[in-house]
Amino acid sequence: MSRAWAFLLAAMVMYIPANVLPVMHTAMLAQHADSTIIGGLLEFWKAGSYGIAVLIFTASIAVPCGKFLTLTFLLVSTQRKASGAMKERARLYRLLELVGYWSMLDVLVVGWGSALAGFGALSDAQPRIGILFFGLVVILTMLASISFDPRLMWDSRNQ
Amino acid sequence: MSNSFQQPPEVPEASITKLRWNIPIVWLVPAIAVLIGASMLVSGWFSEGPVITIGFKTAAGLIEGKTQVKYKDVTVGTVSSVELTDDGSSVIAKVELARSARSLATADTRYWVVRPRLGAGGVSGIDTLLSGAYIAADKGPSPEPRTSFIGLETPPTIINGTPGSTFVLHADDLGSLDVNSPVYYRRIQVGRIASYQLDGDGQGVTLQVFVDAPYDRFVTGETRFWNASGVDISLNAAGLKVNTQSLATVVAGGIAFSTPRSGANPPHARPAKFGLAKDQQAAFEPPSGPALHMVLRFQQSLRGLAVGALVYFSGVEIGRVTSIDLDYDQSSHRFPTVVGIDVFPLKMGSVLQKLKAQGNTDDQTGRFLGDLVQHGLRAQARSGSILTGQLYISMDFVPNAPKVAFDPKVQPLSLPTVSGGFDQLEDQMTSILGKINKMPLQQIGNHLDSSLSDLDKTLKQVDGTVLPQTTSALQQAKKMFGQTQSVLSDDAPLQQSLTQTLDEVRGAAQSLHTLTDLLGRHPESLIRGLPHEKAAAPQDESK
Repeated sequence: MSRAWAFLLAAMVMYIPANVLPVMHTAMLAQHADSTIIGGLLEFWKAGSYGIAVLIFTASIAVPCGKFLTLTFLLVSTQRKASGAMKERARLYRLLELVGYWSMLDVLVVGWGSALAGFGALSDAQPRIGILFFGLVVILTMLASISFDPRLMWDSRNQ
Repeated sequence: MSNSFQQPPEVPEASITKLRWNIPIVWLVPAIAVLIGASMLVSGWFSEGPVITIGFKTAAGLIEGKTQVKYKDVTVGTVSSVELTDDGSSVIAKVELARSARSLATADTRYWVVRPRLGAGGVSGIDTLLSGAYIAADKGPSPEPRTSFIGLETPPTIINGTPGSTFVLHADDLGSLDVNSPVYYRRIQVGRIASYQLDGDGQGVTLQVFVDAPYDRFVTGETRFWNASGVDISLNAAGLKVNTQSLATVVAGGIAFSTPRSGANPPHARPAKFGLAKDQQAAFEPPSGPALHMVLRFQQSLRGLAVGALVYFSGVEIGRVTSIDLDYDQSSHRFPTVVGIDVFPLKMGSVLQKLKAQGNTDDQTGRFLGDLVQHGLRAQARSGSILTGQLYISMDFVPNAPKVAFDPKVQPLSLPTVSGGFDQLEDQMTSILGKINKMPLQQIGNHLDSSLSDLDKTLKQVDGTVLPQTTSALQQAKKMFGQTQSVLSDDAPLQQSLTQTLDEVRGAAQSLHTLTDLLGRHPESLIRGLPHEKAAAPQDESK
């Protein structure tokens, strides 16, 4: 229980530098730019690539935030030994587990970008420290959801 | 050791450690996360430098959040916002500087936008073609903090801290020079023009020239600068000579300097301002120095004298005509011409050294000049070219010049004049022409005409009478010669008879000879007659 809390808190803390610090450094024809997650998202949105923008939003903002909220809700409700909506909460937990590793999408994008855009002086992309924090966020939320024992939810009913 | 483990008091202590370990180790993870986050926050807080504003005329190339500020090609900040000023006359870029670059927020720092620039002198900022413009910074020496700056519209030529020296040149006009035009020393580019501006009174241009470090020591007090723009073509007996510093100066202009060998002045004796001569030749002329203004009054017309005409002293150019005005003399109803001249005593060169003892003040100069006038120094307007009628002013000693009054106190000094050489020549020509004009040419012509007709008549007479007589006389002479010849020829009877006669004369001579012989031998025979041959013989033998 406290393990889950610890991981969740750590993930939440890590989420701040993950968003503030740049995740990727791109160089296109000597035009250098550091982009953060939200900066890149806005750029795609402004450029008209709504699909990609929505995808990034989902993967890097909606999913982690959803996970935080969900986990917090589950943990709080379990600690308070709430007995309502047990089924829904169990379903939510399974969804959480399922979505978990898909949030690594951002890290994957940066990885692909760095690998594919390396054309020397013409264009270059390099990961920046932000993506490390983002990866840590994903890992920590996964650890938190793993360390959360769903059976504890049902303990309240037994008592 | 094992004994100590079994000591009973250890048990409660163990329960205390158990209590301490109540906090699960997993809580280290968020603690570390918080630590990392806090350290990032703190380092971010500390790495945040000052925020400055830079004013520019336009925001061309400036992008919020993108455009970088670079100092020595290191990115030290980013433009966070670009906004118009309240009156809309310029734009203000807000720049977040890095903490390491906080020394750039000082009073003397200059900021300018680096854009691609294409000039005759070269191309700069080519990298910004692809990367976009950036703001470059150049730190000044002042430590005084400042956060509001006015950006330069053109990049500064001299980056602070570049080793070298700046020199101030003064020129009459800019010519084809521009900022960044090269400066050459022995055809090596050693610097460039940093800036130029018109003088306050509009009478010239002041240029700031930067000469890079190892070369600036070649600039001494004796150094002469000249405008090396364009091509200098000279054609003389040695052939065609094209002189230029480099191809770039032909297009973009440039300055060259050189120091005469005699100049041993140390660099610290440099003057505050150098002159920029039109060309190399002008640069090495002796410096003209301060001008001495003089006024000349000419009685005769000075057609052909122009402002700028040269003034010579003993054949050395020492000044120029600065003004030509007409004056009116009421007493004589004449219109004398008043010519103002500027004389540069320094142009007299080494002579001046000898004259230095006379002193330099106006008063002394006036007295000295008065002395010269006493000895016949006069100004003349002379003709430089008979074809164009251009005049120049010549100051020379005129022998037997009439004495004139000279006041050394009057400023400007008024030098007495005499009518010039060409004028004298003109006068003489005029008088000669007058004399010619006075000659009775008509009468002379008539006389000549009649004389010629008389001659003609005489010749006709000669032709008519004298010639036939001459012909007959000649014929007679010819006949006579023919006769003479016939007489003298070998077969002529005269010749024959002459030969005969001569033969006879010879015979006579022979017999005379015989006679004389006989008489020589027998002189008595003259009396006795010829002796007998026989009797005579023994007589001869006895003798």
